[in-house]
Parts: sequence; structure tokens; C-alpha cells
Amino acid sequence: MNKPIIATTSLAGCFGCHMSILDIDDKILELIELVDFNKSPITDIKKFTRTVDIGIIEGGCCNSENIHILKYFRDNCKTLVSLGECAIMGGLPAMRNNIPIEECLKEAYLDGPSTHNPEGIMPNDEELPILLNKVYPCHEIVKIDYFLPGCPPRADLIWDALTALVTGEEMKLEYGVFKYD
Amino acid sequence: MSKKITIDPVTRVEGHGKVTIYLDEDNNVKESRLHIVEFRGFERFIQGRPYWEAPVLVQRLCGICPVSHHLAAAKAIDVIVGAGTGDGLTPTADKMRRLMHYGQIFQSHVLHFFHLASPDLLFGLDAVPEIRNIIGIAKENKHLAVMGIMMRKYGQEIIKATSGKKIHGTGAIPGGINKHLTITERDSFLNGKEGQNIDQMIAWSIEALDFLKEYHKNNKSFIDTFASFPSNHLSIVRDDGAMDLYHGKIRAVDTNGKVVINGIDYQNYTDIIVEGVKKWTYMKFPYLKDLGKEKGWYRVGPLARMNTCDFIPSELAQKEFEVFKHYTKGKPNNSTMHYHWARLIEVLHAAEMMKELLNDPDILTGELVIKGKKQYEGVGVIEAPRGTLFHHYKIDNNDQITMANLIVSTTNNNDPMNMAVNAAAKEMMNGQAQITEPMMNAVEVAIRAYDPCLSCATHALGQMPLELTLKDINNNIIDKKRT
Repeated sequence: MNKPIIATTSLAGCFGCHMSILDIDDKILELIELVDFNKSPITDIKKFTRTVDIGIIEGGCCNSENIHILKYFRDNCKTLVSLGECAIMGGLPAMRNNIPIEECLKEAYLDGPSTHNPEGIMPNDEELPILLNKVYPCHEIVKIDYFLPGCPPRADLIWDALTALVTGEEMKLEYGVFKYD
Repeated sequence: MSKKITIDPVTRVEGHGKVTIYLDEDNNVKESRLHIVEFRGFERFIQGRPYWEAPVLVQRLCGICPVSHHLAAAKAIDVIVGAGTGDGLTPTADKMRRLMHYGQIFQSHVLHFFHLASPDLLFGLDAVPEIRNIIGIAKENKHLAVMGIMMRKYGQEIIKATSGKKIHGTGAIPGGINKHLTITERDSFLNGKEGQNIDQMIAWSIEALDFLKEYHKNNKSFIDTFASFPSNHLSIVRDDGAMDLYHGKIRAVDTNGKVVINGIDYQNYTDIIVEGVKKWTYMKFPYLKDLGKEKGWYRVGPLARMNTCDFIPSELAQKEFEVFKHYTKGKPNNSTMHYHWARLIEVLHAAEMMKELLNDPDILTGELVIKGKKQYEGVGVIEAPRGTLFHHYKIDNNDQITMANLIVSTTNNNDPMNMAVNAAAKEMMNGQAQITEPMMNAVEVAIRAYDPCLSCATHALGQMPLELTLKDINNNIIDKKRT
């Protein structure tokens, strides 16, 4: 039987959720017996080479590129999982949602005490994705099948959920499992 | 006709970035750029939050080295609560924070070397992309993969024991730390079973260094010259010139080793460092004010620290430092790929420092927190795994933050990484009829040497144009417009 295939990506996140996946430590060696990896920041596969079984999304959507990648994952993954606070609720980056964007720009590129920008240059280039007005949780953009909370979700929660998805056995969801920190 | 090569996303680095390379009619490289394509906006949205939240909020910039941001912010807030700069804390607080930090340096460097960079060395630049990853390593050389995984685990466990969590912990608080280490925890780090003890970590650090040195011997010209160029180097160092990753004063040397900045208290960092802005990336470009934009840019991180410090204050790492210095006859080392060598010397140093701190009774007992007269402004600087990290805050009478300025390690390396990308692209692609995947990977290899944390680098909010999105009642996007 072919092994289930996993893909991962980090959108507007901090990579902490990916680090928490690595925090399963020696179970990494078990995991790679159980599954194969496709597109992911930890591999050099930059475009999907086939349809995969499980897509893991870290981070919410703050720009056009995030939206594009999220839809690309939805189109190529049978099951999509929002991993962590930012994917589920926008997380800390969504703290900008109530602030006019001009203020934020000014702060970063004109007013900072170490910034020297007499010409008032702002990053704006065809290579840079377009900012969204707000940071959006992933399920407002595409259908998400499962949600794993935490900042980041604990490694053992990730492991239990992944093995449940891969083996099809129902996972025990006890109260203490979830931590919204 | 000129053409454009895009590497998107750059993989096996931490965070989001892409590279564009512009070629002329004869396929010679005209220009190359590393773009930071994400943004966050921390400087602005943290305004109004109470200052004691800074160490737990701002570390959410980055899940790879959250401890660095946690501690840099805590050090700045120490100043604000009147607990002095860095060296003013109680011995317990100082040593617990240092233990947390060296755990962080250890795990982050190990992650970079084993999980991200080693596939390039083990399989070669031109191996098929499908095997160039940690899974490929585990299949090809299981011992190397196990070493990487177990060393990272040890560092993460140290972080958990000192800060409460492996990622985004809460240990450092204004003016100190919120816990001691228990005797059980200490003993398990010193004498843990199944290789989870400090002597095993030191032994494996040496083994990793030997692996790299052997590779260097067999690939001398690649390691010595690939994507290399002269530059200034900057870090903090201890007052006696020793490497100190937790606290010190700013020093910078030029490409010939001449000390151009020395003994600067980092509370005054804006006297010596300024940042420029360019249109095509969210990341700013810092440089030394005195030397100007063209000549003042500098490198930070493991390679820079080897060039700025006079010695390493731990026995085994000092021996390796001497070998490293001897290789360039005492002159600054400007080889991009030597970042890996320097990084592994620091892994060994971090292991030795953890051992020293674990054997120190101050971590088990003693005062945790001090407070003094409230100040309205503070700067915290630390040597994060990737280089010098600056946090700067101002508060008002209500204890709310009114200003935050961050210069993260990877931002300090912005000019050098762009230089490295350009140098690698020229070496690999100039005049080639066809641009192949291995050539593009080689460009990424040059970036990877800097272990850039593009997560950190996305903290600044940028870009004027906005995307407006029109949604239908079911929240489906039906139209978008760029303003």
C-alpha cells in the first residue's frame, strides 16, 4: 500500500507551529516510516508533484500570496488542517486589524528611531505580494477540515492528530488536550 | 532579450522569501535580489500594550528563535523597571536566562545544520530535490539524523525547563526570571539516560565539527571561496573581549580586522547604526553611520562573532576557535560557507556553557527579581543564533508602550545576503546556455549559510498599495482591486 502523503506550509505565521512538528523529536523517524512528504519548507519540493492526503497550514492570510498558496493547498490536498492560533483566528498578526495601515507604514519605514529614509521610500514592487486590509483566518478563505489550537499546538497533540488522520482511528479528545495560549 | 529567474519560495530556510535573478542577452547575471515578501506590523500594533507584555508578545515574531526575542525584550524592559542593563540582575536571574539562551543557541544552530543545511553537504548541490532534506538524511545516514534530532531535543528541553514551554515560553519577566531549576531537572540534564545528558551533547558537538572539517578537507575551494566577499563584521562582546552571547558592548571590525567601533553601550545604538529602505523588499538595510551606506554595511552571526571576539571563554570551543583563526592567519574570515564552521564551534561553546551553568548552585536557589526606579525608555540587545538583535521601547505614565523599534539579526545581514546571492548566481549561471535546478539550489545554499530567519525579518509592516476584497454573502471572494 502506498504511504499517505503530507504537505505543509507557513502563511502569516512565525514558523513556531512547524517547529512544534519537529518537537515530536525521535518520533520524526517513526513519522517518515508512516508517511511521505511533498511540498513543504523542509523539503525542496516547491510545487505539488501530485495530489496529497493531508495539508497542514500554519498562519493566517495577510497578503495575496497567502491566499494564493492556501487555495493551491485546498486544490491539491484531500484533507486540510489549520495548525495553531494564527491559522485558526489570525493570531497575533491580526492585532493590526484595527489600525489604519498608513500608520503602520509610517511607523516602520519613516518614523523608526534608527530609520534614515529622507526620500520617503516605501516598499512597493511587482515582486512583493499585495497586502490585505486585514489578517484573515484560513477558514474564511477556503474550507478547513480540522483545527488544532495552541500557540503553538503541543507536539504530542500534533502527533496524536496526525497518526489518527493517517490510520483512520478516532482520536481521544479530552479537555486537557487543548490549550489556547 | 533579458530574462528573469525566480526562486520561490526559498526552501530549507526559516520563513518566507524569494529570489529574483536578472540575466542579460548573453545569460550574464545583471542583478540579483533576495525579497522578503511578508510583513507583520509589530512596531505599530504593540503600541498601547502594557510594557510587561512585550517579552511574550514580541517573541511571536518568530517560532524558531523565540527565546532571543523573549530575552532581548526582557532586557529592554529590565532597563524600564530600573533593574539596570543586562548585568544588573540577581545571579539566579542572570544565570537562568543565560541557560535558556544557550539552550536556544544550541537547538537553533543544530536545527540549521542538521535539518536544513546538511543535505547539501551530504548529497551534493546537484542531488535530486526529492532526497535533499532531513528525511533523505535519515535514510542515508541515520546516525547523523538521530544526532541532530536528539541534540535539538536537549536544547528544547532546556528552554522548557527555564521558560515553561519549548516555544513561546514565559520565563523572563521584568527585572528577572519567574522560576528556579529543580534538582530533579538539573540532574536529568547532567546525567540523563539514553544520551540526553550534557556530556553526550558535548561529544556530539565535537563529532558534528569533525564531520564538517572532513567535508571541508575534501571540498576546500568550494567551502573557502563560494559566494565569498569582504565585509565589516559586528557583534556584542564582553568587556574583556570574550565572546558573550547574552550581554556585552558593541564592537565592529573592518575587512582587514581593524576595530572600527568598540565598547559602545547598546543603549546608544542609534548613534552608530542607521537603516535604509528599498522599494523591492520589506527588509530594511542597516549600516554603520560613520562609514555610510556604501561602505558601512556589515555581517552578523557566527562568522562575524569569530571575527569580532578575542577569545571564547570555554576550553574546548577556544581550541577550535584557535584552529579557525589560524586558518586565515588571524585575519577576519570572509568566507560565506565558513558560517557553518563558526556555527558548529558555537554549538560546542553553548554545550560547554550549559554544563557550567547546570553545575552552578545559583540556578537552584536565590532571589529571582529586582526592581528599581522606573524609566521611560530601554534598549535590549542580545546575540541571537543568527546575530545581533536590537529591541528598543518607550513607555508613558500609564505603563503603556508608545514606541517599539526592532532590528532583527537577519535584517542586519540583508546587504550581505544580497551580495552572497549575487556572487553565487554569477559563479553558477554566467554565460550558461541553460539554467538548471542545481544552479538555483546553489544560490539557496549561499543564502542558507547565513541561516536567515525570514520569519523574524517580516516584522515590519510595509507596502503602500492595498488589496481590497469584495466578498459575497457566503464569504467567497468575488472581486479584488489594487489601490
